[in-house]
Amino acid sequence: MAKSAAPKKNKKKESSFDKPIKKTLSKQKDPLKGVDLSEEKLIQMYKDMLLIRRFEEKAAQMYGLEKIMGFCHLYNGQEAVAVGGNAATREKDYFLTAYRDHGHALVRGISANEVMAELFGKVTGCSRGKGGSMHLFDAEKRMMGGHAIVGGHIPLAAGFAFASKYRAEQDVTVCYFGDAAANQGVFHETLNMAALWKLPVVYVCENNRYGMGTAFERAFAVWDIYERASAYDMPRDVVDGMDIIDVYKKTKEAVDRARNEHTPTFLEARTYRFRGHSMSDPIHGHYRTKEEVEEMKAKDPIVNFGELLKKEDILSDEDLKSMDEEIKKTVNEAIEYAEESEEPPLDDLYTDVYVD
Amino acid sequence: MPIQTYIEAISSALWEEMERDKEVFLLGEDIADYGGAFKVTKGFVDKFGEDRVIDTVLAESAIIGAATGAALVGMRPVAEMQFADFVTCGFNQLVNNTATTHYRWGLPVPMVVRLPAGGNIHGGPFHSRNPEAWFFHQPGLKLVAPSTPYDAKGLMKAAIRDPDPVLYFEYKYLYRRIKGDVPSDDYEVPIGKADLKREGEDATIVTYGPTVHIALDAAKEIANNDGYTIEVLDLRSLMPFDKETILESVKKTNKVFILHEDTVTGGIGGEISAFITEHAFEYLDAPIKRMGSLDTPVPYAPTLEEEFLPNKKKVVQVVKELLEF
Ligand SMILES: Cc1ncc(C[n+]2csc(CCOP(=O)(O)OP(=O)(O)O)c2C)c(N)n1
Ligand SMILES: [Mg+2]
Repeated sequence: MAKSAAPKKNKKKESSFDKPIKKTLSKQKDPLKGVDLSEEKLIQMYKDMLLIRRFEEKAAQMYGLEKIMGFCHLYNGQEAVAVGGNAATREKDYFLTAYRDHGHALVRGISANEVMAELFGKVTGCSRGKGGSMHLFDAEKRMMGGHAIVGGHIPLAAGFAFASKYRAEQDVTVCYFGDAAANQGVFHETLNMAALWKLPVVYVCENNRYGMGTAFERAFAVWDIYERASAYDMPRDVVDGMDIIDVYKKTKEAVDRARNEHTPTFLEARTYRFRGHSMSDPIHGHYRTKEEVEEMKAKDPIVNFGELLKKEDILSDEDLKSMDEEIKKTVNEAIEYAEESEEPPLDDLYTDVYVD
Repeated sequence: MPIQTYIEAISSALWEEMERDKEVFLLGEDIADYGGAFKVTKGFVDKFGEDRVIDTVLAESAIIGAATGAALVGMRPVAEMQFADFVTCGFNQLVNNTATTHYRWGLPVPMVVRLPAGGNIHGGPFHSRNPEAWFFHQPGLKLVAPSTPYDAKGLMKAAIRDPDPVLYFEYKYLYRRIKGDVPSDDYEVPIGKADLKREGEDATIVTYGPTVHIALDAAKEIANNDGYTIEVLDLRSLMPFDKETILESVKKTNKVFILHEDTVTGGIGGEISAFITEHAFEYLDAPIKRMGSLDTPVPYAPTLEEEFLPNKKKVVQVVKELLEF
């Protein structure tokens, strides 16, 4: 482990990071047994993940071509977390996340066109070009943002959940954030509040091992982040974030508990980002090794889910291939759409600062 | 004299101050192994060790609060906000503990908070802010905002050695775009002293930070095309600001244009304008003009951001209006 300013005792501990990332999905015995997912839905989940992956690959290319400017954080490797979580929710449930948000936006049904156009800063983007990559949203689709201030959105989720409960609506809020975000004070403030108010909310910490260049082992006194919820007597669990079925099952259980019992849950999904922190960060950088990246890439959530679907005779190699082609087409069309869309008119600068 | 970029000058100042005084230490997110988001502290941990170059957890409130505590017992922390925008998460510590403890206890709080500020990098609403006005309004804090490598180094040294808490605004847009002479021997740029960047007779542009370069370009263009000479005053320090030098210039040129990248309304320009009218009203031949970014959040779309920010064209136009008044 790299040098650390963390308490000395942590230096000697063995990291347990990948312990919950069990055997890869395709090698497990009967992982779909007792899982309430139709074939149709399983296929949709695969497609959702693949769309995110292909979208991100293109976004990286477009960034290289300076079609996308500023900051851009890709979701490659973590797709199972948002997609498995989405599969466990209803359309009207609220979703929100941090700035690594392309995947969450896509899986919530914001079109690849609108997302790409937003990245390009075009008027057809989901925020009319005002927000960019880190601030995707569509309130009608209940995708309540993209948020660039780390941890800043965690209490918003409590507000959505409060409103649902107050109005006796059935909607649940699912709030995603990174490992490093769990070190902001507002994380603790809000978890306590959510537990106290018995809010229908599920907090999902996407522990991809790093906050930018800092390994979570160097930033947490206790490494099992999910155990933090014990301080608030909140149901909690650790999830294999590379295994979409595990994500689905545990998120579903939490979402049901939120909906039916108004009890919040804290999940920690162990996952991994295959790319650098943002586009300016190399893939493995100084803070992690190439070997580690390779090791985690072998647990690719999409490849392994594809293998499982083949093994279960749900999809054939041909199906996978034609799906991929179709998705690539969608993404290419999104590029064209973004490319051809207009720049926002300069009058837009003054609109929406206030309601009127 | 060696030539350095703006960012190298900041690094040099930190490096030399760390060598000079072992009570100086750095803390911030990803500043050690990663070298900082902008690589200001690249290589520092190898030289000074992890006890003095501390990768903190992601918690701005704790960073600023802990720095304040260490400063109160005599250490000299330099805390980094990864972007100036994130100081919002440490607001309570800064405006309550950091700013007011000396007033009540009489104990100095010799610390620096580094704030990589400003737009023009397409960072969108939360990676582009210029938050100086919030802190300008808080007695007990000093604010500096260098525009050149020379000032970046000299002001950092002065800030670290100053007994009061200093917010050090550094501009992401200038990091690698601006180069200049930087002495390798020890020097300070005194806090509170403006720098007359260009002399003139017909009007004064009072500015600081990245818009200093816009003002200089505009002044040059006006001199070439219209023959007017424009004085450009770089404040360098925002709190305290150099009242004497401002008044001198106003008395000489009788026309004032105040320019900053922060949004206009409630910006520092308003206070400077009030100060001038209070103290040199009889010298003014025209109403004071102000320009900043538009009074809106920072838009992402590069086309919108370009229009949102001040630029040379807009500055030339307003200065001409002032000249023709
Ligand atoms: C309040 C705040 N501080 C710092 C940053 C800069 N920053 C952006 S992302 C990041 C690391 C966050 O890591 P994590 O929460 O683990 O999410 P990941 O990037 O791994 O998805 C940092 C330090 C920020 N955006 N907001
Ligand atoms: Mg992380």
